[in-house]
Amino acid sequence: MRKIGLVAGVGAVLVWCLLPVVWIISLSFKSQAAVSGGTDPGFLPLDSFTGFANYADVLADDQFRRAIINSIGISLIATLLSVMIATLAAYAIARLEFKGKKLVLTTALAIAMFPVVSLVSPLFDLWRTIGLYDTWPGLILPYMSFTLPLAIWTLSAFFREIPWEMEQAAQVDGATSWQAFRKVIVPLAAPGVFTAAILTFFFAWNDFVFGITLTSTENARPIPAALSFFVGPDPFQRPAGLLAAAAVVATIPIVLIVLVFQRKIVAGLTSGAVKG
Amino acid sequence: MAAITLKNIVKKYGDGFAAVNDVSIDIADGEFVILVGPSGCGKSTLLRMIVGLEDITSGDMMIGDRKVNDLAPRDRNLAMVFQNYALYPHLSVYENIAFPLRLAGAPDQEVDEKVRNASKTLELDEHLERKPGNLSGGQRQRVAMGRAIVREADAFLFDEPLSNLDAKLRGQMRTEIARLQKRLGITTVYVTHDQTEAMTLGDRVAVLKRGYLQQLATPRELYENPGNLFVAGFIGSPPMNFLPAEVDGTTVTLPFGTVQIPEEKAERAQGKGVLMAGIRPEFFEDAQIADKVGSDSTFTADIDFVEWLGNETYAYIPFEAPPEVEAKMRELEADLEGEGLRTQLVVSLDGSSRIKEGDKAEIYVDATKMHLFDPATGENLTVDREHAGEIPDHALVTAG
Repeated sequence: MRKIGLVAGVGAVLVWCLLPVVWIISLSFKSQAAVSGGTDPGFLPLDSFTGFANYADVLADDQFRRAIINSIGISLIATLLSVMIATLAAYAIARLEFKGKKLVLTTALAIAMFPVVSLVSPLFDLWRTIGLYDTWPGLILPYMSFTLPLAIWTLSAFFREIPWEMEQAAQVDGATSWQAFRKVIVPLAAPGVFTAAILTFFFAWNDFVFGITLTSTENARPIPAALSFFVGPDPFQRPAGLLAAAAVVATIPIVLIVLVFQRKIVAGLTSGAVKG
Repeated sequence: MAAITLKNIVKKYGDGFAAVNDVSIDIADGEFVILVGPSGCGKSTLLRMIVGLEDITSGDMMIGDRKVNDLAPRDRNLAMVFQNYALYPHLSVYENIAFPLRLAGAPDQEVDEKVRNASKTLELDEHLERKPGNLSGGQRQRVAMGRAIVREADAFLFDEPLSNLDAKLRGQMRTEIARLQKRLGITTVYVTHDQTEAMTLGDRVAVLKRGYLQQLATPRELYENPGNLFVAGFIGSPPMNFLPAEVDGTTVTLPFGTVQIPEEKAERAQGKGVLMAGIRPEFFEDAQIADKVGSDSTFTADIDFVEWLGNETYAYIPFEAPPEVEAKMRELEADLEGEGLRTQLVVSLDGSSRIKEGDKAEIYVDATKMHLFDPATGENLTVDREHAGEIPDHALVTAG
């Protein structure tokens, strides 16, 4: 009885979460005419099935390819930099005594509380003046500043969990502070590093507001913004099938990244370090 | 390999608390020295100052001919085994042991050779590919030792390495450490609060109390010639008995009666008023079975409680002490982290003794081995200086 309830509950949640995704996938296999004409209203694409034609069209589109490259590039660079800076900052916060430690932590939190929208217009003006408008760095910078606080908080919690002796042992074994950090502390904090990386990547990949405001051409426009400009070959008809295909394609990298990173998040990695 | 010399080492924390006070210890090349004392005595701090994990406030720390006060731990070429082992959980046993060599940039072939050697010595061969998390306590302990012996360090430092093991394993590892040290002949400093480890492992033992060195001597010297009350009470289990005593000529008056002591000892204790006599439990014997009973060295006592252990019997005999002696004993108990519940005599009798609880028994005491302490300073008045190792002057003034 309990088992049936569990299965039903899990099923309900799965349907609730995955239905939109499945729907998008189903749309992406329907022909343009069928979607806009409503000739094939069924869930499964039957007589309007076009195979991978939509995907081929999407990938053939130069604008979309640029957007994909922009998104991947910008998100990866932002994630990388953010995680690197956050790791160093969090280590300092967790391990060193310095003046203004509290200030750094509270400021970081305060930044995270700002609504994104309230910063967009000043940034727009600023970026235009200093020439960052419509460039990769123009997006990487705001992404980093919004993800750093969370990354720092997550990571400093992880660092605090690592026993001091690990580092001291490494130093006695002949490591410099940097070697001890890189060879012992960072590997032990890996779950934290990857958690921070996933969160940062999510934020950067899914951002729409910055993406649409701070860019004007395919020079730096990321996918979510590009999708809203996506018109396909016929400007008078919204290419729903193409859009659906584009959305699916845009989801693939993030699914891959999460799957890869998730393996690295192994809880309890530090077990066995000290007495048990 | 090298000698380690501590000269007037002081450690003061920012709040002015002095964890280590003016400690000087010469550790010869290849010697096994134990730092022992109750918790908070500064023994671990001292060890961490040798290895470089704590700053030295003043004094000189020499390893070989080098002054290492300001050297980083990695430049001191010492190997340390931490109390909780501090193994690297993300590395296999092999890589844990290889870690110091890898840092030194040793070629793979050399690393492999040395790691295999160390693992053979410590019988870790079948565990080399496992992670520390999957090992038992004793195995982790051995990995930590492997990491220490794999490189040619100048000295080994151990920080209570056995305190996390169960009693049986502790005994085994103790012998193992002793054997290893003798074989490698490497200078070793070992911190412990366990006096069995201190007595069995060390060539010499340094007893510390509240940051002050009390006595530095061989285990036998410590046991037979403690420099002051603290050392006398700390070394030995069950601990030495302390009784109020008055000396008149060669006659010592104890709560139970009078005993005779040798003239040279009596001489040094003349005219000092009430003293504290220190008599180890095994200096007593059931008069019924002792071989050399004289009427001047036996007394009758009410036995309060008896513990029969087979090979020996512990009997407890309560006594009354004058207030100044009792106060001193309470202070000493506090220093030794004991609970001074009552003033009582613990006597260790032969296992064949038939004395029972509530008996009025005749007990023999070998008073020639009795020590007499000045209750004000704690100084052992009857100490044999030639067989007591080093006793710093302050240990005779400030000691409790």
